Amino acid sequence: MKARIKFRKYGCMKFIGHLDVMRFFQKAMRRADIPIAFTGGFSPHMIMSFANPLGVGVTSDGEYFDIELVEEIDMKAAVERMNQVMVEGIDVVNMVPISDDKKQTGMSIVAAADYLSTVKYNGFPEGWQDKAKDFMNQPEIHIVKKTKKSEKEVDIKPMIYKFEVRGDSVYMQVATGSVENLKPELVMQALGQFLGLDNESLSFAHHRLEVYANVGSDEEKQFVSLDQVS
Amino acid sequence: MRKLALSDEILMKVDKPARYIGNEVNSVMKNKDEVDIRFAFVFPDVYEIGMSHLGIQILYDMLNRREDIWCERVYSPWTDLDKIMREEQIPLFALESQDPIKDFDFIGITIQYEMCYTNILQVLDLAQVPLFAKDRTEEHPIVIGGGPCTYNPEPLADFFDIFYIGEGETVYFELMDRYKEWKASGKTKKEFLEMAAGIPGLYVPAFYDVTYHEDGTIASFEPNNEHAKKVIEKQMVLDMTNTYYPEKPVVPFIKATQDRVVLEIQRGCIRGCRFCQAGMLYRPTREKDVEVLKDYAYKMLKSTGHEEISLSSLSSSDYSELEELVTFLIEEFKDKAINISLPSLRIDAFSLDVMSKVQDIRKSSLTFAPEAGSQRLRNVINKGLTEEMILEGAGQAFEGGWTRVKLYFMLGLPTETEEDMKAIAHLADKIARRYYEIPKDQRNGKCQIVASSSFFIPKPFTPFQWATMLNKEDYIERAKIVNHEMKAQLNHKSLKYNWHEADITVLEGVFARGDRNTGKVLLEAYRLGALYDSWGEHFNNEIWMQAFENTGVDIAFYNLRQRDLEEILPWDFINIGVSKKFLQREWQNALDEKVTPNCRAKCAGCGAAIYGGGVCIEGKN
Ligand code: SF4
Repeated sequence: MKARIKFRKYGCMKFIGHLDVMRFFQKAMRRADIPIAFTGGFSPHMIMSFANPLGVGVTSDGEYFDIELVEEIDMKAAVERMNQVMVEGIDVVNMVPISDDKKQTGMSIVAAADYLSTVKYNGFPEGWQDKAKDFMNQPEIHIVKKTKKSEKEVDIKPMIYKFEVRGDSVYMQVATGSVENLKPELVMQALGQFLGLDNESLSFAHHRLEVYANVGSDEEKQFVSLDQVS
Repeated sequence: MRKLALSDEILMKVDKPARYIGNEVNSVMKNKDEVDIRFAFVFPDVYEIGMSHLGIQILYDMLNRREDIWCERVYSPWTDLDKIMREEQIPLFALESQDPIKDFDFIGITIQYEMCYTNILQVLDLAQVPLFAKDRTEEHPIVIGGGPCTYNPEPLADFFDIFYIGEGETVYFELMDRYKEWKASGKTKKEFLEMAAGIPGLYVPAFYDVTYHEDGTIASFEPNNEHAKKVIEKQMVLDMTNTYYPEKPVVPFIKATQDRVVLEIQRGCIRGCRFCQAGMLYRPTREKDVEVLKDYAYKMLKSTGHEEISLSSLSSSDYSELEELVTFLIEEFKDKAINISLPSLRIDAFSLDVMSKVQDIRKSSLTFAPEAGSQRLRNVINKGLTEEMILEGAGQAFEGGWTRVKLYFMLGLPTETEEDMKAIAHLADKIARRYYEIPKDQRNGKCQIVASSSFFIPKPFTPFQWATMLNKEDYIERAKIVNHEMKAQLNHKSLKYNWHEADITVLEGVFARGDRNTGKVLLEAYRLGALYDSWGEHFNNEIWMQAFENTGVDIAFYNLRQRDLEEILPWDFINIGVSKKFLQREWQNALDEKVTPNCRAKCAGCGAAIYGGGVCIEGKN
């Protein structure tokens, strides 16, 4: 059977990169005696797949990975066992059974994520919140997206599903996953531009709140958090 | 939540920030207000290397068992952070508490290889404590060194308050107790060091004066303080079964060199190879009980979640319960997808059988360490591996499906001739020939024989401690002779030969047998920018040559001079049990090409029996 595990990542653990978080959980599964399934062969691997990787420096309340179990287990007890072998900065939130259908696991179903981004050291001028409310009233939001090979200008507005000023921070829901992917850094950069600021001097703290699957259609999206997908 | 010593901005800027945040599984957190002694345990190399070291895990666990001590870890900041810390005046901190180590009671530095010496200075420098012991006061931590290089601590004598000579498990607690008494008494640092000098195995370099003859050799080495002993006795754990060993080793977040559970099955080696320092230092060989090891295997795998377990010892095949232990590990853990790695096994029917069970034959290679190409030279170094044994083992392995062989050699061994060098190529070729004796339809294509050579460095407390080394150019010349001969072999297409750089060999040679004068070179090289010298990309030989020139220290004096058997050697004040007489006898046996049997076959009376333990008393009570 398959299960999905949700965890939080905060504090100094934000400096642990995606691959090392995977290694961490592989060892944690053993410490917590989770009866996880392995691939065959001379060097067997745990059957484990992570949803959208989180960038180094970003904290999160909604990280997910799926595992395959060799036997049915009491998931509540398993969560407790896992939390006994975690470190400060990683908490297991829940564990839910998921469909055995391959299409329903891991990376492939991720469609959107919520973030809270905060500018550090008062990088935004007094009263920026008022001006920021007009950010989404622009017909298009252009930004230069840099990849290893090229630089191209893209309109990111269609990938921003929600945008809201919350106190000193910006809440946003953006396209995430293997089809379309927008990082909060880019949105904040666009906002900085919109506010007429020098982006080089700005630095943000990004926090992921939740990751969603789309259970609706491409036209009419309906987002459900990954632990609610049945 | 813990506050980190480095800001987010710095941590986002440097490579692998996980090196500096601590918080790993099984790392030990304590309340600093509830402990009496704060101990910073330093491994002067980058995190991934230091975290792989067994000794630090043993002592970290041991010291933290005491409620009044908090032992924390420190590694060398990598060059990127090193630069930032200097620019921004950030004091070096311990991983657990993130507090500056200059406020600690002890800075304990493990000294594993000569090429980390500049990193020791870096650690003290970044910690913002004076480099010289004489400049440190009651306000500063006590700087204590331990590990294999302290068997000749003299090049580092000016920088350390105390050296701990021997295995760490024995007198650390006594030192800690004395320290607490001293701290409460308000006495001077000198009085503390006098107290420390009274503890067996502890060497306080400031309490000794060295005078030199005109030719630079040592004229006298005498205590200048009545508390200092004339001879320092090596400390050793006699009962390896009932001693400290971590059930919960720290598990790094980033991949360390050793990303596995390590079971130390024995300490020491019965073989007596004449070039091998560890083989002499850790005499007598002491084994751990197999039942206790099985228990540790369970507990350590459970507490770490590691997916691999490895055995550690100088020569695993000599462990008397090896078969039982290995069978147990395979039966218990193979199904749980735990890899079992078995380094330093002699190739024979048993080990081949085991290896075929635990690894993919097609991907793995066989390893032999003949160390010398000819039987004559193998007799000189007392390496009991014969050509017959190698061909026999390789033959069995080839028939079992292996196709790759690795061979390790040393060049520049005492008495080495051109014939001996060429014999390396001949031996490699014979192994290849053995492979091609197998009918074509029964073998897996070509075989690959990779021979590697390092250059021999004479080490203190070995029968070769009097031997001369060579010039850099002569080393390279020898490697070229081997390389040329390799190309002339029948199966040259199946042979490969690699050799090490010779620059580092020369420096290691100087510091391995150096006296107090070599400390000047070290400091000068550090000032000129030498750091991470064991890392090819950072090692800069020109800096070192400049440092020798600036300090007027002559490499030839240390490396190219034939030492007289009567000469006072810088490390003569240490007694490791193995007697100087025995080493002299073995040096003569080497020159006579005479083999000395191993400890189990026939005791050679090396002197280590005075400890009254291990192999010396095996079967005798
Ligand atoms: S005294 Fe004999 S048995 Fe003991 S270590 Fe020395 S040679 Fe080996």
